[in-house]
Amino acid sequence: MIVPLIVFFACAALAVTGAILLILAREPIHSALSLILVMVSLAILYLLLGAEFISAIQIIVYAGAVMVLFVFVIMLLNAGVEERTDFSKFAKFAGLPLGFFLLIEVARWMYGASAGSAIVPGADAFTQAASTRALSAELFRKYLFNFEATSILILIAILGALVLARKSQ
Amino acid sequence: MGFISQHSVLVASLIKIAVLLFIVMTALAYLTWFERKVVAHIQSRWGPYYVGAHGLLQPLADGLKFLFKEDFTPPTSDKLVYVLAPFLALTLALTALALIPFGPPYVHFLNGQPVFIVSNIDIGLIFLFAITSMGVYGVALAGWSSNSKYPLLGGLRSSAQMISYEVSLTISVVGVLLLAGTLNFNGIIEGQGGYWLGFLPRWHFIPQIVGFFCYLTAAIAETNRVPFDLPEAETELVAGFHTEYSSFKFAMFFMAEYANMITVSCLATILFFGGWLSPFPETWHWQWYLPGAGLIALGIYCVVDAATRMRGIARLQLGVVALLSLGLGGLCLLPGVAPYVQGPFWFTLKVLVFLFFYVWVRGTLPRFRYDQLMSFGWKLLLPVSLANLVITALVLLFPAFTRHA
Repeated sequence: MIVPLIVFFACAALAVTGAILLILAREPIHSALSLILVMVSLAILYLLLGAEFISAIQIIVYAGAVMVLFVFVIMLLNAGVEERTDFSKFAKFAGLPLGFFLLIEVARWMYGASAGSAIVPGADAFTQAASTRALSAELFRKYLFNFEATSILILIAILGALVLARKSQ
Repeated sequence: MGFISQHSVLVASLIKIAVLLFIVMTALAYLTWFERKVVAHIQSRWGPYYVGAHGLLQPLADGLKFLFKEDFTPPTSDKLVYVLAPFLALTLALTALALIPFGPPYVHFLNGQPVFIVSNIDIGLIFLFAITSMGVYGVALAGWSSNSKYPLLGGLRSSAQMISYEVSLTISVVGVLLLAGTLNFNGIIEGQGGYWLGFLPRWHFIPQIVGFFCYLTAAIAETNRVPFDLPEAETELVAGFHTEYSSFKFAMFFMAEYANMITVSCLATILFFGGWLSPFPETWHWQWYLPGAGLIALGIYCVVDAATRMRGIARLQLGVVALLSLGLGGLCLLPGVAPYVQGPFWFTLKVLVFLFFYVWVRGTLPRFRYDQLMSFGWKLLLPVSLANLVITALVLLFPAFTRHA
C-alpha cells in the first residue's frame, strides 16, 4: 500500500505546485508548461483510481492536443512577458476571503464524507464503467443523444471560429 | 530476500527496463550506422569505413565526440526550458517503448510476469498515443527557448506538422482496432493468428491495405523524416529547431528521433504485420532453426570477409563480431532455447524491414514544400483514412465478412 500512497502525494504536490506556478509565472510559455504539469499529474491520479482509459484520454486531449495548440499560439504570436498590475479593489477585499471560504467548504465536504463512499454523486457508476468497453457502451447507447448534441455544439463552435477568423471582404 | 518476494512485480519490471534500455540504446547507436551505410550504398558511396571494420565502431566514436564537445547554452535563451526540451523529447520517446510486446506473453518469469513486454496494459494502444502525442513539446519548446529566428520557425513548422499528421495517424489505425476489437497489443497480435487458404497469414495489412499506407505516410511525417523533414530543412532553416543545441543535448534530439522511428516501426509491425507471429504455419517445425541459421550465416560471412578483405586490427574486430554471432546462433539452435527466441526473432526481423524502408525513402525521395505538406495531410491523407474507417465499419456490420464466417 505504501507505493501508491507515495505516488499519490507526489502527484498531488506536483499538481498543486503546477497550479500555483501557472498563476505566478510571468512568461506565457511557463504558464502553459505549468498547466501541462497539472494535466499530467491529474492523469496519474486517475490511473491510481483505476481509470486507465480516462487517464490516457486526459493526456491525449488536454496535454497532447489542447495545450499543444496553446503553446503553438503563444509561439506564433510571440507573446511577451506579462505585466503585473495591482489587484483590483474587488479581488483584494472580496476575492481572497471568498476563495478561502470555498477552500474550507470543499475540505469540510471531503472530510465529512465517510470512507469508501463517493463524494461526487454518480461517481460509483463511473468507476464501474472504467473499462473501455463498458465506457463506450454507456456513451454510445445510453447517452447517445447527449454525445451527438455535444458534437454538434463543437461543430458550431468551429464554424463560429472560422467566421470570426475570416478576413472581412 | 523478503523485499524481492514481496515486490516481485517491481523487481521483474526493473530488470526488464534495464535490459530494454541497454538494448534500445545500442540499437539507436547502430541505427545511425545502418542509416549511413544504406544511404551511402544508395548513393554509390562506401559510408563509414575506417573506424572499426566496416565502420562498426563509428557510433562509439560519435558518442564520445558528443560527450566531449563544448556544451554551449545561448545566453539569451530561456535556460530552464532550453534544458528541459531535449530531456522531454528523449524521455517520451523511450517511455513509449515500454508498451511494445517484443515476444509472446506466455514466456514469463517465475512470478508469472511476461518477459518480452515491460507493461502489458489493457489500453496499450491509447496509452502509446498518449505518450507520443506529448512528443511534440520537445521540438516546439526547443524551438521557442533558443530565442533565435530559425529554431523558432522550425519549432512552429514541426508543431503544425505533427498536429496535422497525428489526426491521420490515429484514424488510420482505428480500422485495425475495429477488426481486432481490443486495445491490448498482445490481443491485437493474437487476433492475427491463423491463415487464409492455408498459407496466407491473417495479418491486418491485407484487409487494411489502405489504412496501412495512410499509417506509413503519417508515421514518416510524425517522426519528422525525409520527405517530411520540413522542421529541419537545412536549405531553409540551418538545422531547424535544434540549431542552437550542441554536444549531448543535440545528441539527445538525435536519439529521440531514432527512438521514435523504432516506435512507429514496432507499431506498424504490431498492428499490420502480426507482431511476433511467424509467417509460417506452426506445423512447419524447421522454422525453429531459422534464427540460429541466420546468425550462423552472418558469422560465416564475417569470417570469410575478415580472412579475405580485412587487414590488421579490422580483422580482429570482425573476428569478434563473427564469434559473437556464431555463438549466439549456436545458442539459438539448442532445443531448449529455440522456441523462446521465435517471437523476438520475427518481431525484430519485421521491425528491421520497416527501418530499412524508412532509410530507403530517405535515400530516394526529395523533400516536400511546406504548403504541399499541409495540403497533402489535410486534403488527401485525412479523407482517405476517414473513408477507410467508414468502409471498414460498414463491412464489419455485415456478418458475412467477419472472422466467424
